[in-house]
Amino acid sequence: MTVPILKQGGYLIASIQSALSDSEVLELRDSLAERVGTLRSQGIVIDVAALDVIDSFAARSLKTIAQTAKLRGADTVIVGIQPDVAVAMVQFRLDLSPVQTALDLEEALAILDERTKKGRANGR
Amino acid sequence: MAGEVRLAIASDADLVQARAEARALAGELGFSRTDATLIATAISEIARNMVVHADGGEIVLVPTSDDVRSGVEVIARDSGPGIDDVERALQEGSGTGDGLGLGLPGARRVMDEFEIAANDGRGTVVRMRKWRVRDELERLREGRLNGYG
Amino acid sequence: MEANTAPAEPRLADEAAVEDPTLQAAAVDPTLLGELVGYLRQRRTELREEWAARITEADLLKVMSPEEIFTEVTAVYDNYVNALETGSVETLQAYARDLSERIIRRGVQTHEVLGIVLLLRDVLARALFVRYEHEPANVLNRVLDAYEPAANRIAVTVGVSFVQERERVIREQQAAIRQLSTPVLQLRDRLLILPIIGDLDSQRARQLTEQLLGAIRRNRAKVVVIDITGVGTIDLTVANHLVQTVAASRLMGASAIITGLSSGIAQTLVDLGVDLSMMQTVGDLQGGLEEAERLLGYKVVRDEDAVPRAIEPI
Repeated sequence: MTVPILKQGGYLIASIQSALSDSEVLELRDSLAERVGTLRSQGIVIDVAALDVIDSFAARSLKTIAQTAKLRGADTVIVGIQPDVAVAMVQFRLDLSPVQTALDLEEALAILDERTKKGRANGR
Repeated sequence: MAGEVRLAIASDADLVQARAEARALAGELGFSRTDATLIATAISEIARNMVVHADGGEIVLVPTSDDVRSGVEVIARDSGPGIDDVERALQEGSGTGDGLGLGLPGARRVMDEFEIAANDGRGTVVRMRKWRVRDELERLREGRLNGYG
Repeated sequence: MEANTAPAEPRLADEAAVEDPTLQAAAVDPTLLGELVGYLRQRRTELREEWAARITEADLLKVMSPEEIFTEVTAVYDNYVNALETGSVETLQAYARDLSERIIRRGVQTHEVLGIVLLLRDVLARALFVRYEHEPANVLNRVLDAYEPAANRIAVTVGVSFVQERERVIREQQAAIRQLSTPVLQLRDRLLILPIIGDLDSQRARQLTEQLLGAIRRNRAKVVVIDITGVGTIDLTVANHLVQTVAASRLMGASAIITGLSSGIAQTLVDLGVDLSMMQTVGDLQGGLEEAERLLGYKVVRDEDAVPRAIEPI
């Protein structure tokens, strides 16, 4: 199933609705990469609240998405990691750094706003 | 008690179901949400290996128990090329933590028991178990049942 | 009342009748069942008394006064006979649940509840035996065929209901105890404190993590202060749990500050090889809270250069 990607101002919001197969993850990666480029987005928020498992493949993919976005000038924030998933990720030594994580969309947008402001101040 | 669950793993689409079945069984067996996620994640890693490296395989989930504990045994079998250097595969990676990318160190860490046989050219077999101690309430129930014979 | 001398062919009315022994008994001979129920109602007063006497004799329901026993016995008797007649265990289940709720907190044990139900079954069985023993042989058999499955089903229903209710109470109490033992407090908006007191074992540490992460989500916390001033000793397992809790909190978007690290514990952690630079620690709670407020004063978490790296548990 395709993950809906919404545009909100200069940001893209990808809201995962249910567990994704590996190919669907790759599809998401490609969609976001393309859109960040064409829409010149300044940030991406990926909501993973519906993922009841985040394994090494998912973690790697999320990092790849963020790396690609960075190359195109956008920051990424992952939101909605469930408590049990967070515990599992730590136990599996899956970390997402340097990708920022936040609790929810509101937090993520605040973070992106700060980053964008800072970016402009630094003459980006 | 719940019966065993057999999962045929052929493509990455099967991983989604494998995780869901694993989580469901873990829940039925009384594991906490956190442990259910650990089990499902371990199975996801093992199942992916089968798809990527071995043309698929089979995972069987077997409910198990002894006097004090209840648990699940996971037996994952494939007829792929096996793993040349099992020791290395089981070593922790450096930051991504997954060695050769097989997710084995993580699975071994979170499961209570873990065995792998993968170097005799006949494919790979991973056996792992996770246990939980039955709580006071369950043992109370069993005790009374036994008392009344 | 005419004795029915012709043996009745058991008729299997439908699937339900086969599965449900109570209904099966009724299908076999509704007239007979109705008749024996009528008899049991007719002899209600004496049989209830006999039952109450047997209960006292068997030393059951000691926590209840004779008046209370009589009240309960009266209610159960009538519901029991109704259940025999209608085959409806719903009424009995509801009653049993109600009874359980009332008497569990009085300290009545499971064996007492099952005991009194079985005594009633016996008292009624004997009464039926005495009533029908001089009828032609197969009548008594058919009476018992009608009565026994129904009576047994009732015993099981009451027993199971009682046990379920007891379990429900115990689980509630367990949950309450868990809540009390690891309180996560909301100090102010977006800031949580988890003061840990006493020694931590693996299980408690796991519970602690679960409660903290749940609280982070519920309260939308951005900073959590974990105060270990009250923790006596800390070993590798516990240190790992702390490190993992901090890492998991971060994945959920909350920074964690460990406070109350005595020099003794700090030394232990260093000896154990825990890299303290990976954990944000402040000596005392006050300092930790100030740091937390400083963190909350920022609209966003950090400049890129200072993004904290992954915390590696040992």
